[in-house]
This record gives sequence, structure tokens and C-alpha cells, in this order.
Amino acid sequence: MSAPLLSIRNVSKNFGGLQVLQDVNFDVPAGSIYGLIGPNGAGKTTVFNLVTGLLQPTGGGIDFQGESLLGLPSHRITHRGIARTFQNIRIFKEMDLLENVMVGLHDHLEYGTFGMLFNTAGYRRAEKKARERALELLSWVGLDARADQLAHNLSYGDQRKLEFARALATEPKLLLLDEPVAGMNPSEKTVLMAEIRNIRDRGYSVFMIEHDMRFVMGLCERIAVLNFGRIIAEGTPDAIRSNPQVIEAYLGREDDQ
Amino acid sequence: MALPVWLSDFWSIYSTLVFTVGVHAMLALSIWLTLSCGLLSLANAAFMGIGAYTAALLTVQLGWSFPAVLLAGGLAPALVALLIGVPVLRLSGVYLAMATLAFGEVVRITVLNLEITGGPEGLNGIPLATEGWHIVVLLGATVYGLHRLRRSKVGRAFEAIKEDEVAARLMGINVDRYKLLAFVLGSLIAGVAGALNAHFTFFISPREYGFENAVDILTMAVLGGTSGLVGPMLGGTILTLLPELLRFLQDFRALVNGAVLVLVVLFLPKGIWEPRRVHAWWQRTTRRTGGVK
Repeated sequence: MSAPLLSIRNVSKNFGGLQVLQDVNFDVPAGSIYGLIGPNGAGKTTVFNLVTGLLQPTGGGIDFQGESLLGLPSHRITHRGIARTFQNIRIFKEMDLLENVMVGLHDHLEYGTFGMLFNTAGYRRAEKKARERALELLSWVGLDARADQLAHNLSYGDQRKLEFARALATEPKLLLLDEPVAGMNPSEKTVLMAEIRNIRDRGYSVFMIEHDMRFVMGLCERIAVLNFGRIIAEGTPDAIRSNPQVIEAYLGREDDQ
Repeated sequence: MALPVWLSDFWSIYSTLVFTVGVHAMLALSIWLTLSCGLLSLANAAFMGIGAYTAALLTVQLGWSFPAVLLAGGLAPALVALLIGVPVLRLSGVYLAMATLAFGEVVRITVLNLEITGGPEGLNGIPLATEGWHIVVLLGATVYGLHRLRRSKVGRAFEAIKEDEVAARLMGINVDRYKLLAFVLGSLIAGVAGALNAHFTFFISPREYGFENAVDILTMAVLGGTSGLVGPMLGGTILTLLPELLRFLQDFRALVNGAVLVLVVLFLPKGIWEPRRVHAWWQRTTRRTGGVK
């Protein structure tokens, strides 16, 4: 097996006396859709916050493409090729859709102060290319026709799609999705499922947190289950579905009744 | 070419006022820049003061040429902003406002107690070097520079930081560096405005760069509207002219001035110049006149 894209090794995280994550281990392979599930408060989003550098682990290590991410500020981690969306959508509401995606292209726009101030040919070319790329990304999620609208006018589902396009604009190798279908209706979920498969087929690896079992089981190639800060199971959807510890975590133990 | 008599009369009375409009427009733009990056910094009056004193002292004591003095008047506060920016910009919201206000007081009290600045008596006899075209050119350059900046990735980064700092960070934007950039550029503009101001008022004192002035500068930008470059300049103009226009009210002047500000903020919370609202109003008006025809 080839080296994993993202490797979480013995990671623990304490907030004061509260142990949110204890000795968490799993590998996200390249080119796949990987799922992290678990009951509310299990520490799933904390894993994402550690990977993206918003938090630093209390112990353990996080490697991306064989290099440690520890101590790197978030924007450096984005440079390395990790992008994410948020559980509670965080788009730039007062900017239009095109501008939202163009913010994601920030690092890929290479022009100096001179070009910017004097509107040189090189500057115009770079901006034009970025605009075209942003439109292309918007077309991937079917929002290109609304590129000049303000983001806060979008429906909830469309805001999530915009967040996808914006995250993809940073040219990530790994896309982290934090509860991508939270608050969506069944038909929106189906559309999004196809959308995520599409993204994987374009060569991105996807690592998602999700509550919706049907969605996760239908989409992910491997799944890790987090409960009370520990990984209690890891494997294919079929193995997870029949794992007694997972069933216990979600449904409770029989002798509790 | 000789000017008509009425115009030269007007100019001899009001030239200082017209110059002040230009300087205030620059100050309002300087705070607009930091606001556009989501920073509520109230240090701009102090930066203006640093620029004014640096420039005035270089002119009076060392006899530097005016362009060199203007440059130094911009660079001195920019250097100070660079030094204090690193620790201070770790704060946000009202905490940043408080820290920058405190910095402003430190500057004022320092100027008040130094020998070289003339202490509370201020600096007298600064040569009148500023001419109308200086202000026009520098204000124009500021507007042009900010306009270009706004349309580029830098402007988008500022706006992203203002809307959601965490999301901006995860888009690969070095948030701390861009905040520092906005802070330093803002101080540079305020410093140049201060240097220009010092060279047409003949006299400067610490009183002109205190708490009230910091709030005045913020009011100009907020009153005019911070969603574009026109708003702050409009706000600066109104806040400069309004007290003069209300002169006939004599003792009630300050009262009415304050009431106007309160009404504007109440009924136009996004400021007087809001492109989207102005646009909608324009369309309504043209439709109506179109119907009359």
C-alpha cells in the first residue's frame, strides 16, 4: 500500500482538564473518500481544527504527504494542500460568488505591487485567468449563472456548494468537509453526494465528518468511528455497520434497557 | 490670468477651509482602509500628529525641502505603526479600539512634555508651504492607490478578513501580515495628511491630535459610508463644512451639528453614500421621470 496522504498518529488534545481526544490514530489514503463519524461531542470537529492548524495537539503527530504539520499556521497548511469547509457555513456573505471563490485563489495570483498599481498587462492577465478559473469552479457546483449575486442571497444548500467551490479554489490535494449535508433535505443530499463523487473523480481526496449514516455509508470507502475522544473502529462501511462497539455507541447497550 | 474679485475674496477667506476639506478626506480614507480590513483602530489622529510634528520640525529646524518633509511625515508614523502593530493587532474589536486610543494618549502626552515639540504651547511659525495643488495631487494619488488596491487580491483579502477571519486564514491568506499592511498604510496616509495640514495652519499643538480628533476621524468615515471610497470623502467634507454652514445658529451650532449626526446614523446606518442604495434610488427616479414623458 502506498504512503497515506494524511496520517494522524497518537494524537491527543486536552482543553484544560477535559480530554477531548485520546490517542487517536488513523490514515487517510490518497484518492479516496474517507469518513469520520461519531456521536455529538465525540471530538470530530476538533480533529479538523487540529489538521488545519486552528488548534495544536497536546500530544502526537499529524503528517501530510510525509511531512509534519505541527506548529504551522493555518495559511501555511493551506499552501501545503489542505482545504476545508465548516459545519456552520462560513462564506463571505457581503461578497459576490465570484469574489468568494477568487479569495480562494489568493495564493495563485502572482503579481507585485507595481502591476497592481499600474494595471499592467501581466496583472490584467493574472486577474482574468483567476476570474475564468473561479467561474469554472462555480460551474462545477452549478452556480456560475449567479456569479455576480451576493452570497447571502443563496439558499442554505447553495451556500454549501459555494463553500465547496471556494475550498477547491485553493487547489487542495485533500478536501476536508465538516458535515456537508447538515440541514439539507433528501433531494439536496443526493445532489451533493454526486457532487462529492465528482470532486473525488477529478483527483481530489476527500475526508469528511458526517452524521447522516446513509450518506456516509454510501459514499465513503473507509470510515473511522470516534466515541468519547477515542477511535473505537476503523474499516470499510460493511465492517463498521456490523461492528458491535459501533452499534453500542450509537444505539446503547442491550442491558442498559 | 487675474482672478475675478469675488473669487479672490472668497479664496482669501475660505482657502484654509477648502484645504481642511482635502486633509479631512485623506484622514477619513486612512481610517476607511483599516476598517476595510475589519480593524477598529483609533490611532489615526495620533499618526496624523506624528506626521505633522515630524514634518514641521524637519522644516523649521533642519530646513528640509517640502517634498522630503512630506515623505518623512508619512514614513515616521508608518514606522511607529509597524512597531506597535505587531503586538497591538493581536487584539480585535473594542479591545483594539481601546489599545489604539491608549496609544493615541501616549503620543499626545509625549508631545505635550517634550521640549523640542514646544510642549503645550505647540509649534509656532511653520512656513506656509502647502498649496492647493499639493492637496489635490496627494488626495488624488491616495484615491487612485486605494482604488487599485481594492480591486486586487489585496482588497479581496482585506474584505475576507473583515467578514470572517478564520475562513480567510484557511483560504491561505496570511491574516496577520495583511492586517499589519492595512494598519501601516493607514498610518502613512494619516501622516501625510498631518504634514500637509501643519504647513497651512502655521501652528500645531498637541490638542489637535487627541481623543476627540480620533473620534471625529472615525465619524467622518462612518457618516459618509464605508462601503466605498466616496463615502469617507463625503463624510470628511460634510463634517468640515457643516459647522461653518451652521455658524448663523451661533450658540446652538454644536447642538444642531450633533443632532444632524444622530439623525444620519439613525436613518442611514450604512452611511450617506451607499452605492447599492444610491443605485436603487437613481433607478426609481429615472423610471418616474420616464413615466411623465
